[in-house]
Amino acid sequence: MTVTAPPREAAAPSPPPARPSAGRRAWNLWVRWWRRLTAMRTAIILLFLLALAAIPGSLLPQRSLSQTNVARYFADHPTLAPVLDRLYLFDVFSSPWFAAVYLLLFISLVGCVLPRAAEHFRALRTPPPPAPRNLLRLPDSAGLQTRLDDAAALDVVEEELRVRRFRVVRRQTAAGPELSAEKGYLKEAGNLVFHLSLVALLLALAGGKLWGYEGSVLVVEGGGFCNSFQNYDTYSAGPLVEGNDLSPLCVDLEDFQAEYEENLTASSFTADIRYGGPGEEGTPQTIGVNDPLRTEGDRVYLTGHGYAPRFTVTTPDGQPPLDVSAPFLPTNPSTMASEGAVKLPDLGADQPQLALQGFFAPTGVVQGGILTSIDPRPLEPQVALIAYQGYLGLDTGRPQSVYAIDQEQIARGALNEVGSANLALGETLTLPDGTAITFTGYDEFAALQLSHDPGQVWVLGAAIAVLVGLLGMLLLRRERVFARPTAAPGGGGTVLTVGSLTRGGGEGGERFAGLADELRAALSARAPARPTPPAGGVSPDPEVPTP
Amino acid sequence: MTVDTTLAELSDALFSVSVGLYSLAVVAFCAQLAFGRRPAAARELVGAGAAAEPPAAPEGPAAEPPAVRRYGIAAMVLTVLGALTHAGVLLFRGLATDRLPWGNMYEFATAVVLVAVVSFAVLAVRRPVLRHLGVFVMAPVVLAMVAIGLFLYAEAGPLVAALRSSWLAVHVTTAILGFGIFFVSGIASVMYLLRLRHDARVAEGTAERGSLLDRLPAPAAIDRLAHRTAVFGFPIWTFAVIAGAIWAESAWGRFWGWDPKETWAFIAWVVYAAYLHARTTAGWRGKGAAWVNVVGLGVMVFNLLYVNMVSTGLHSYAGVE
Repeated sequence: MTVTAPPREAAAPSPPPARPSAGRRAWNLWVRWWRRLTAMRTAIILLFLLALAAIPGSLLPQRSLSQTNVARYFADHPTLAPVLDRLYLFDVFSSPWFAAVYLLLFISLVGCVLPRAAEHFRALRTPPPPAPRNLLRLPDSAGLQTRLDDAAALDVVEEELRVRRFRVVRRQTAAGPELSAEKGYLKEAGNLVFHLSLVALLLALAGGKLWGYEGSVLVVEGGGFCNSFQNYDTYSAGPLVEGNDLSPLCVDLEDFQAEYEENLTASSFTADIRYGGPGEEGTPQTIGVNDPLRTEGDRVYLTGHGYAPRFTVTTPDGQPPLDVSAPFLPTNPSTMASEGAVKLPDLGADQPQLALQGFFAPTGVVQGGILTSIDPRPLEPQVALIAYQGYLGLDTGRPQSVYAIDQEQIARGALNEVGSANLALGETLTLPDGTAITFTGYDEFAALQLSHDPGQVWVLGAAIAVLVGLLGMLLLRRERVFARPTAAPGGGGTVLTVGSLTRGGGEGGERFAGLADELRAALSARAPARPTPPAGGVSPDPEVPTP
Repeated sequence: MTVDTTLAELSDALFSVSVGLYSLAVVAFCAQLAFGRRPAAARELVGAGAAAEPPAAPEGPAAEPPAVRRYGIAAMVLTVLGALTHAGVLLFRGLATDRLPWGNMYEFATAVVLVAVVSFAVLAVRRPVLRHLGVFVMAPVVLAMVAIGLFLYAEAGPLVAALRSSWLAVHVTTAILGFGIFFVSGIASVMYLLRLRHDARVAEGTAERGSLLDRLPAPAAIDRLAHRTAVFGFPIWTFAVIAGAIWAESAWGRFWGWDPKETWAFIAWVVYAAYLHARTTAGWRGKGAAWVNVVGLGVMVFNLLYVNMVSTGLHSYAGVE
């Protein structure tokens, strides 16, 4: 990433003499577009497009996150919403245009990285390149004087560089001997690992989406569910998941506990469950927030909780009392005030259908006839009920929420309000026709989610590889050092010109100065002692002309 | 778990003290800039070929008169003292509540600003020439601290159940580190762009030398600072996002779900990736790349403020009423 793309050859400059064949022209066009797509400049634009494309996904409600919010947006913006919907703006992350951006980006990435990988493998097998003609033109260079002759001086340099893990090659050229050394091949390897791991990550992600599924269900204490799409309240599955692929797993909820701090901050939610194959006794386990059940391939999460009030309904026709219960959804997580509905379409042959719209307060306070909740713990449970009789409209074919009464049936006059009351435990609401509804207690329910994602281990592995590659790419340095000896002007010694070229890391100057100092020390340690050092003998950085 | 109110109040008091110290540091950095380079300017007037001289690039304290250097040193001392009390804010919050002190937006933002101050201080101690950037880093720091104190303050309290995981230490800590380092990087790019524009205006003749901007380090040095901090911050941010995904997998049932915070963390990652590419691509190098870095900082700030306070998502731990 900090390394520039290898220079690409310029487009063919002169037009061919004869008109090329159609196939040839198509090929040239393809090559031109391919180069344009895999150029770094295009990659930057595509990265920007990707960032831009993700923005509406965070500003508009998304179906993948909350169907309810999307429905509300449709209700609030009846003219705008369908237009946005046609542009996939409520499904941004699965939209064709978002996919187009990231697929182009990945094609560009692969097109850029694969040739670089080939080049890197070639570079690994070939010795460092010959020294440039004028070493003093390199970003860092120095001239070192020594009494050693050409070969001995280069021997010293070679040894010093090899100790520093450089690959060294010496060549004999027309201008004399020279030395090239290189290290830091892992930097480019890190670069390649980083980019290729991104591709792997995308593939693993796609695999998980294709073969993964998840389902959620509300389970009251004492109840349970088995892993099958019919049993879930909501589920989503990848296109390659078949109903009978689902692992045979059943989960029973035995007990749910919520604990709170003094200031009513929730400190822990735990559920004691039993899990195993259908019909098995099952293994007990406690799951909680941040602590799911992990079986082979599946995970079961505790994603929420709430209260399910219990009622006894006695009809005036003398039938035995009916016990009913329904989970109420929390509307305020800090007080656990909850709302829900009980629908009773079959109370008896000559009985009207009955529906209860309810508000549950685990610790209720009634002020001016209005029930509110002041504590999430069930210290003083109360319900506020509105009872309706008439026709619920359950068999009209129109979908209804389980947690609310269809307002349209009320508006249409099919359902009529017949009574309302705030009830504490044991209290009874009696309707005009003699039907009695008694608030008898409550159960706690847990929202459980079962997830299956065969790709996520691979995603994790790819993500770790991304990070490792990134660290290698950003922290390592690729360094080339060249040296060329020439005879000292006065005779009786050698001037060694050393130059270095660094990619990445910055601050190349300081490091090179250190290397030059150490080379100088090594050279003078090897040089035979001499009686009178000539002027500028072993002085630092003398101005030395190069041939 | 009860909150130790004495320690919590001490933490709050230290917050005010550190804002005070940072403000004094800003004044001292200002003095260093305002009184610096005067002698150089005087020499320029005397010199014959003054107009033809290349723009004066500050060489660091060596080229400064001792009085000005003292301002610079005083500013650095105040910054370090401020950072120490700032660290005390978090330390005593943590002791008061017996947990890591980044459980809500007030604590998170306070920690981010501390990381920014510490990274700047480390850089400025190692490269004295960067002290000339001090006022431009510390003034936004003071503004940020005041805004945090006014708008994000939350009483010391226990963590909500969802945050009671050891991943809090890993994910949030690295997110804070990455954000703080990107903050310094973004400010450096802003200064680089201002300096470039100023230099261009001077070349056109529509502005004159002698503005505070002339006392900044050379544009190339500021740009290098921006790039090197971003290179340092990018793997940390990458790690923070990956750690967040691992935590999300055990907390929310999926490792990635395009929750608004996740989406913006992704956008920030992509923008910084674009910055690092742009820095080495012809046509983008310099100005273009610096703009990308500034956009990156904008994304980070947006992710902190908008996503926590306006949008609703799973990362709703702001604790701001």
